[in-house]
Amino acid sequence: MADVSASDGTALRSVGAFLGRHGIVVAFGLFMIGFALTNERFIDMDNILGVIRSSTILGVMALGVTFVVISGNLDLSVGSMMSFSTIVVLDLHERIGPELAIPLMFAMTMSLGALIGFLVGYLRLNSLIVTLGMLSAIHGLTLTYSGGQNMDIADQQATWFSVFGQGRVLGIPVPILMFVLLAVVLATLLAKTPFGRKVYAVGGNDVAATFSGIPRARVVFMTYIISSFCVATAGLIQASRSMGSQNTVGQGMELEVLAAVILGGASLMGGAGTVFKTVIGVLILGFIQNGLLLLGLEFYVQYVVTWIIIILAVWLDIAVKRGRLWSPIA
Amino acid sequence: MTDTTPALRLENIVKTFPGVRALDGVSFAVLPGEVHALLGENGAGKSTLMKVLGGVHQPDSGTIYIEEEPVVMTNPLEAKSKGVVFIHQELSLAEELSVAENVYLGELPRKRFGRVDWKRLHADTAAILDRLNCGFGPGAIVGELSIAKRQMVEIARALTVDAKAVIFDEPTASLTDAEKEVLFDIIRDLREQGVGIVYISHRMEEIFRISDRISVLRDGSHRGTLITAETGEDEVTRLMIGRSLDLSRNVARTAPGEVAFEVRGLSCEGLFEDVSFELRAGEVLGFYGLVGAGRTEIAETLFGLRTPRSGEIHLKGRAVTLHSPVDAIRHGISLVPESRKEQGLVLGMNCRDNITLPQVDDLTAGPFVSDGAEIAIFDQYRDRLDIKTPSWRQQVGNLSGGNQQKIVIGKWLAMRPDVLIVDEPTRGIDVGSKAEIHNLIRELAAHGYAVIVISSEMPEVLHVADRIVAMYHGRIMRTFTSDEVTEDSLVQAISGLGQDSAA
Repeated sequence: MADVSASDGTALRSVGAFLGRHGIVVAFGLFMIGFALTNERFIDMDNILGVIRSSTILGVMALGVTFVVISGNLDLSVGSMMSFSTIVVLDLHERIGPELAIPLMFAMTMSLGALIGFLVGYLRLNSLIVTLGMLSAIHGLTLTYSGGQNMDIADQQATWFSVFGQGRVLGIPVPILMFVLLAVVLATLLAKTPFGRKVYAVGGNDVAATFSGIPRARVVFMTYIISSFCVATAGLIQASRSMGSQNTVGQGMELEVLAAVILGGASLMGGAGTVFKTVIGVLILGFIQNGLLLLGLEFYVQYVVTWIIIILAVWLDIAVKRGRLWSPIA
Repeated sequence: MTDTTPALRLENIVKTFPGVRALDGVSFAVLPGEVHALLGENGAGKSTLMKVLGGVHQPDSGTIYIEEEPVVMTNPLEAKSKGVVFIHQELSLAEELSVAENVYLGELPRKRFGRVDWKRLHADTAAILDRLNCGFGPGAIVGELSIAKRQMVEIARALTVDAKAVIFDEPTASLTDAEKEVLFDIIRDLREQGVGIVYISHRMEEIFRISDRISVLRDGSHRGTLITAETGEDEVTRLMIGRSLDLSRNVARTAPGEVAFEVRGLSCEGLFEDVSFELRAGEVLGFYGLVGAGRTEIAETLFGLRTPRSGEIHLKGRAVTLHSPVDAIRHGISLVPESRKEQGLVLGMNCRDNITLPQVDDLTAGPFVSDGAEIAIFDQYRDRLDIKTPSWRQQVGNLSGGNQQKIVIGKWLAMRPDVLIVDEPTRGIDVGSKAEIHNLIRELAAHGYAVIVISSEMPEVLHVADRIVAMYHGRIMRTFTSDEVTEDSLVQAISGLGQDSAA
């Protein structure tokens, strides 16, 4: 963007290009300043840490879904899959203790991911249909498993299980550390490894990727494995934080997760997006919801506002690509 | 042909596009009750002429007459209402609807309150279907009909107006031999009913069977009209190709080496049959034929994208099975595909990442992709192929067609293949890049690559290939060496003529 000497027209266009590429970061900055000016409690360190901490479960899930979306697919099953993980790990904790419960829960959750990955990757079924179906199927599985009962850890003093949700290391909450660690690992995986490159290629043009000898099916399969791993991690944090859970704890989170990923600028057409931008998307959602509460609006207003913001983000995304706000043809 | 007022007449049509004189004063006339074939190589101006006739393009000068009345066409609907109708290669029917609804689509007969007059609709349609001797009724669902019958629906649609001239554009491209006969019967019936018919096809054999007169276009101008009964394939071919065609075959040829690649009896259901050939290191083998002759499908099979029903593939004397492109790449086969945007490139990715995509697994330092190794490969092929891009970060989608094609070629050269297959290497790119790519192909052969070039352009295969495989309807008709090949014999071979000399 060495357009310093360029005429006004190109300068404007490069501003547009910059906003198109980094608009989400700019919007985030403006948004934070706006809230900070109107409410002094917003900028409070405890508040900020609180928002980040409450965003971690959503955030961890969004990291995985980022891979799925960049490869050109959807994952609407993450909400009910997270309920499943939470219920399963709490129940197993009571039966076999945390040391075995945690790996077993990860294995069970990731086999659900493998099933989705098989259907979407190898059988080439439409990911919207498959994961929408799995949303419902996994919910049924969870209720069957629990018999519809809430799960609780009976003796909360006798276990170290609460460390994932409530512990602190060097004064920083463990869930935040886990989120950051996972974000760094997955960002590296996506941006720096051959696998990450293939995810972009498959999402950008799966035919050309196939013609380049990239095993599309395996790549798609792996994105769902990653997504389910992230869901299992989120379920672990959720279970450990509340040490008990309803069957519906993750209900509706699939849309919030998708919103965060799209807000971060990942294209629903596939081929574009980064882990870092998804993290920004997660934080925006978190701070918006927090800001609305601080403004004294009712909790449920956030659903409406979140929806409006997503529509605006999608519109902006497509308008930047078209070069205009509206067009009769796609 | 007693009536001498032409159904349709074109006079001195000129149409230029930036840098190209697509039509250079074309005149020709179709008499009522005549089948007039229109012939020409790809790019001779046939499709531009049809677009002018259909009102898609406006001619720079010249006039269109219908029954000697000058008309101006501004869109295909207007052309239809004036009695000029097109039967296109690709059918455009609503598959879920009935035949009658399709025939009168957009102009269904109405009763009061806008209700459809089904009785009249079916009666009118039945009358037209009778005229065509169709074996189905107005109530049949189009999606359940064969391709040939759908084409009849399309023809029936044309006949809802008082058609003066019906233009068939490669109508037999997707028909079986039996279906073709039915179509010819329909065309003869229409002719007897006094309709003027323009029949566009590459297939000589058909043209000699069905047409009364033949007009030949070459390089945008009308090279002559012949009476079918009084001419022969040789004369038509000569008009089509012309003697002035520059076939500079001054490229250095190298003595071919060992057999690198051998295919025996390869067949794939409904696509190609019993394909056998061998290819030596340092040799360029051209595959020439019409679109749909099975060339691309052979390339895709050799690259592991299709599973053959039978046949063997040998690489350096060893039989191999190719289940996927991964297998093909591992065995040293590379394919530069037909469609660079759909199959060749990830347009949203940068130049470097596109070039290194097939080998990204090997360009690593530890678990990570090595930036240095990738940039080194990009630099090497940018210089070698003279790819014009400001930097490796440039998105491939922003490059010109020629440079995009060079990226695809670079991607596969970087794999250092033993066998390089290039499918339509110069489609839709400018003349300069075209020459560069031709030279590159010869240069690769000189370096010992075994190259297969698939092309629909005769000058291209004549220019670059050492031997030329002529294909027709999924079969190899003949294999020519560059010494013995002539334009006439090549055209005959790919039009299904001269089958007796099949190799």
